[in-house]
Amino acid sequence: MAATQEEIVAGLAEIVNEIAGIPVEDVQLDKSFTDDLDVDSLSMVEVVVAAEERFDVKIPDEDVKNLKTVGDATDYILKHQG
Amino acid sequence: MSKIKPSKGAPYARILGVGGYRPTRVVPNEVILEKIDSSDEWIRSRSGIETRHWASPEETVAAMSVEASGKAIADAGIDAGQIGAVVVSTVSHFSQTPAVATEIADRLGTNKAAAFDISAGCAGFGYGLTLAKGMIVEGSAEYVLVIGVERLSDLTDLEDRATAFLFGDGAGAVVVGPSQEPAIGPTVWGSEGDKAQTIKQTVSWDRFRTGDLSELPLDSAGNVKFPAITQEGQAVFRWAVFEMAKVAQQALDAAGISPGDLDVFIPHQANVRIIDSMVKTLKLPEHVTVARDIRTTGNTSAASIPLAMERLLATGEAKSGDTALVIGFGAGLVYAATVVTLP
Repeated sequence: MAATQEEIVAGLAEIVNEIAGIPVEDVQLDKSFTDDLDVDSLSMVEVVVAAEERFDVKIPDEDVKNLKTVGDATDYILKHQG
Repeated sequence: MSKIKPSKGAPYARILGVGGYRPTRVVPNEVILEKIDSSDEWIRSRSGIETRHWASPEETVAAMSVEASGKAIADAGIDAGQIGAVVVSTVSHFSQTPAVATEIADRLGTNKAAAFDISAGCAGFGYGLTLAKGMIVEGSAEYVLVIGVERLSDLTDLEDRATAFLFGDGAGAVVVGPSQEPAIGPTVWGSEGDKAQTIKQTVSWDRFRTGDLSELPLDSAGNVKFPAITQEGQAVFRWAVFEMAKVAQQALDAAGISPGDLDVFIPHQANVRIIDSMVKTLKLPEHVTVARDIRTTGNTSAASIPLAMERLLATGEAKSGDTALVIGFGAGLVYAATVVTLP
């Protein structure tokens, strides 16, 4: 069953917490991965790969650069999840 | 039909000795920062690199190789005259003909050993090791010298903030010889040419031949930039960590070694973030010693694995007889992984 927006944000929060050590409550839709959450370009790749596994979605390298905020990633996953 | 007598090789092959050469000049991040807008903290956090070695004009590809090889030969306890073949992996020897391997074989005092260069980027050491093992088991050489050598400072765009800090120079060599026990596992190797654009040379040499340099990038002084290595960082990181972890696992499986049996992990020293993420993805146990020579050596492509191996043995972090997983990966894209017993 496809994940809801709320489930995706919660899932991303767990992933970002695991990879970058950011408290889950800080991971909100309007937060920028690099500017607010201390997720640099390489950690972002780890976040993307973990999200792919968790939400059964493919996020190609060329799309990763467009995922600036948690909201961008959530929308992308909502649209593309299997 | 006449019957051809087959060659007779050794039952197995093993690494008998290792040697390295690091150029005298140590280059800290402060020197890199003279030409790019970045910071020591940024470079360390993105790559783990604190210093690297850059070769002087006298520290040529051949000269560094001879130094590293001399140490490897002494470590193996053989005479240079016993070496049957010299395999050199490099992408930064700027004279394509003849192969630099022949000069190295001669300067080392081998007895007319077969000598040739291979081009397999950062997987070059594993490719060379695989060739060496084949030659020894097949019987065309008793001892083979495998050298990884680079002067990547010559192929670095010092004004590119994404790569200026990354590369270093050096040579690493191993002597591979006969063994009564298996000491080099099956190689898991391959290429993915569909991803060739992710790590490449900025400009092909033949652009300089045509004389039309009009559209080539210029440096800050207005000169045409020398060709340099460039890469798509995120794409390479994803491939290196997640695809190469699978290859590393396949090499362990092929050798019948579980992560718990492993003593040492020596991945190509591309970036400490790749190394750390691979260790996590492979779920390597705490007791496995992980090479992080990149901190003071930078990325030396084909030289990185033997250089890291030599340092781990020299510092006592690893010891002779330890079981080590080695994996090289890079431009091509190409990769090679195997399990070896350390010399």
